[in-house]
Amino acid sequence: MSNKEKHWEKTKGLMIITLAIWFFFGYVVFMFGSSLNTASFLGYPLAYYMCAQGSIIAFVVLIFWFANRQEKIDEEFGFTEREGDD
Amino acid sequence: MFKGKFIDNLPKIYGLYTGGFLVFIILMAIAEQAGMTAKTIGILFVAFTVCIYAIIGYLSRTVQVDAYYVAGRQVPTVFNGMATAADWMSGASFVAMAGGIYFGGYTYMAFLIGWTGGYVLVSSLLAPYLRKFGCYTVPDFIGTRYGGNLARFCAVVVLTLASFTYVTAQINATGTIASRALGIPFELGVWVGLVSILLCSMLGGMRAVTWTQVAQYIVLIIAYLIPIFWMSNKNGMGFFPHFMLGEEVARLGELEAQFGLVKNAAADIKAAGVPGGLKSIALPHSGVPEGAMGAWKFISLVICMMVGTASLPHILMRYFTTPSVKAARKSVAWSLFFIALLYTSAPMLATLSKLQLMDPTLATGIIGKPIADVMQIEWVNSWINVKQAFIADFNGDGVLQLNEWFMRGDVVVLATPEVAGLPYVISGLVAAGGMAAAMSTADGLILAIANALSHDIYYKIIDPKADVRKRLLVARSLLIVIGAAGAYIASMRITSILGAVAWAFDFAMSGLFFPLILGVWWKRATKQGAIAGMIAGLASGTAYLIYVYPKFMGNAPWLGIDHLRFGIIGASVCLVVMVVVSLMTPEPDSATQKMIDEVRIPSGKTILGKQH
Repeated sequence: MSNKEKHWEKTKGLMIITLAIWFFFGYVVFMFGSSLNTASFLGYPLAYYMCAQGSIIAFVVLIFWFANRQEKIDEEFGFTEREGDD
Repeated sequence: MFKGKFIDNLPKIYGLYTGGFLVFIILMAIAEQAGMTAKTIGILFVAFTVCIYAIIGYLSRTVQVDAYYVAGRQVPTVFNGMATAADWMSGASFVAMAGGIYFGGYTYMAFLIGWTGGYVLVSSLLAPYLRKFGCYTVPDFIGTRYGGNLARFCAVVVLTLASFTYVTAQINATGTIASRALGIPFELGVWVGLVSILLCSMLGGMRAVTWTQVAQYIVLIIAYLIPIFWMSNKNGMGFFPHFMLGEEVARLGELEAQFGLVKNAAADIKAAGVPGGLKSIALPHSGVPEGAMGAWKFISLVICMMVGTASLPHILMRYFTTPSVKAARKSVAWSLFFIALLYTSAPMLATLSKLQLMDPTLATGIIGKPIADVMQIEWVNSWINVKQAFIADFNGDGVLQLNEWFMRGDVVVLATPEVAGLPYVISGLVAAGGMAAAMSTADGLILAIANALSHDIYYKIIDPKADVRKRLLVARSLLIVIGAAGAYIASMRITSILGAVAWAFDFAMSGLFFPLILGVWWKRATKQGAIAGMIAGLASGTAYLIYVYPKFMGNAPWLGIDHLRFGIIGASVCLVVMVVVSLMTPEPDSATQKMIDEVRIPSGKTILGKQH
């Protein structure tokens, strides 16, 4: 496998992990909305909280994490951009 | 004071600007104490901020193609994040979102999840690759990846349809706010709004829009957060409302049980003469609807909004302006951070304003009080006079019940400062914030359409030999034509703000989502597949919309997929057709395959040249 192919395999792997986490916070949580709401967090019903803040915060953290991981992958295979590449 | 390049001085420039804006707010507060009228304060707020944007727009004028289309590709990540946030948060987010939560509670909050989670798709599937491609517009990518003018043309059609649906709602919102703040008729307000919008984008294209959007974000976030913190602290509901309103949410549940959530019969509403578009609270604030159908309705709306987000060209094109691929990824993260500041606050605003109206133990409460007393309250009177609020005593007991108080959704944000008894300076600030939100989105949208038409249709298809001067002239003329068309339609008041906004997401996802992601992630995707997918997706989505929308054919929705969710049909058809047709046609040639390999790595030159 060439360097490019290996890089793409890892990139794909990261994409799948990222989307799995995204799927959990965007969909799985809300499939069980009515049972989650019996629990509470900071005094809010849990499903309401996830909707108002929880999942949104998770998405922000997820994208920052993704960007850092991807930068590491690019570095590992020597595909980091240099100044003036453009 | 400002040494070196403009870009290096950005933190200083916007820091000063923010400070200046805060000083302006304080000056207005002092002027109010000194006896300046509410009307003058409102006019000054809107006029002052719009003038600043116009000045930034003028200073950012340009005669260079790459500055006009992609702001010279030098916008730093954090600033691009702010600009994207302003581009993203429309009049609907600012004015209508808290109102939507106010009436719809948990079920409406599917929009919050959909409008934030979509950025995960943008960052992991699209933005870095489109940046590496080096395109000026979204159809530029489709046209080059798949090859041929027909693919490019189809992408322009989808882009125009989705963005235009969206932009009329934005111009509508600027018109509403301008007419209220300046005291002019709505039809005139729409045109005043349009002129303000064009002042920001005409001379400098993407470059001017970028720097005005950063300024607009600062105004809108200040305008959104100050009233929430003020109200929460004033009423002793919590110093930091986002983490401290648990009791208030619970209290709303008690009050709902006490007053009862009654859905008024359509016939009663008609007989009482309630003006169109006004609603009463009939859904629980934090309660989750039981059953699989309830969960599916929530999730299906989330799907549409998320996938739509990742297909909307005015958002994707913001990531063409970053200096590198790496910066594009980081910039998506910052965008969502700045968006989240407002979105996590909207439910708190809805909670606060709902409680102030519903809780009879608070001085501001009106539900459960005698109607004669409520009619004496000044803000109630003024909103009833402009048909934005209404009281219908259905049971004739002279006491205002929860189902007897009608209000337009937008009023929740616009009137809350008055309801809570905050000084008028806050209402003026909110008007300026709403104006900033609607203007920034309208600018991004109009520019997306005009750029696609001028770059992809005029330059790439009609006249590839046109010189720079002529290209930019065409681009600017189109900007005016599209803006005017949007304003004309907005002035006819066809749909409510939100119906139209959700449609834009559905149109975009029906035609663009799969051609975009498969263009990067599936080498086998062919030109014929993409063209067939775009046409079939858009056609089936639109046909389904006509089939279910009550004002068109009004048939019963299939599996709960109503007119807000028609993108699910369109995008599914698009995916199937695109895959089937791609597999039936010969695979893309080796040059295309090589190009895709290049797109997948961040280093090296962009696919399209710096100027093209």
